[in-house]
Amino acid sequence: MPKSLLIISRQAPWSGPSAREALDIVLAGGAFDLPVGLLFMDDGVFQLLPGQKAKAVQQKDLSANLQALSLFGVEDLFACRDSLADRGILADQVRGEDLNLLATEEIVALVNRYDQVITL
Amino acid sequence: MAADLLTEPYMKFAIALFSPPHAPSSRRALLFAQALVAGGHEIVRLFFYQDGVHSASSNVVTPQDEQDLPREWASFVSDNQLDGVVCIAAALRRGVLNNEEAQRYARQAVNLGAGWELSGLGQLHDAVQAADRLICFGGP
Repeated sequence: MPKSLLIISRQAPWSGPSAREALDIVLAGGAFDLPVGLLFMDDGVFQLLPGQKAKAVQQKDLSANLQALSLFGVEDLFACRDSLADRGILADQVRGEDLNLLATEEIVALVNRYDQVITL
Repeated sequence: MAADLLTEPYMKFAIALFSPPHAPSSRRALLFAQALVAGGHEIVRLFFYQDGVHSASSNVVTPQDEQDLPREWASFVSDNQLDGVVCIAAALRRGVLNNEEAQRYARQAVNLGAGWELSGLGQLHDAVQAADRLICFGGP
């Protein structure tokens, strides 16, 4: 059985290439049919907000990559409930089709469930 | 616990580096990798991603009285005949090119150090599957 890998994405979408590069690891894992999960935490939850105007900061839109996750078979998507609350983001603003909002103790259990973890 | 890990049993490690050469985590990554080899463990692959790709550049010039991390990595990889892989997308974005990519994009400089190979993120996933432990250095 293949080892499972959790990617924890902690950077805001427009703070550099980190958010995109975290997503690229997830998409590559999905392309190889590997069991990968993605957890948005800390400033990473800003990636989930709709209506971002990437062009206004001369960047490419990340949301297309996020939407590609399901096409690549990546369905284990999580976001940290506390990180959202700390930033004044309401659950309704980010609740995607597959997104699971987790409390801190659930995140501990999540990390324990995966064989390997990468934090970016 | 750390002592146990470095004695028995021998394990397979994958090492991922995300931080630039001047970051303390890059020094720790090299020290950790050296300790693994000294302890008889196997490093299935070194994978440099994000700003970690700069440690595979042969163009980094370090003042004489400072630690030359890219050079030390290069010696470490060649001395131990390790599989050193640099993410091609991250490397291109940051100007770390081998001969083939420099020609492809009509760039003058070839600066990927000897012993390193440019390849895709599949190599990271492959290393994760092959190793008992993935140890990452860098990130926020």
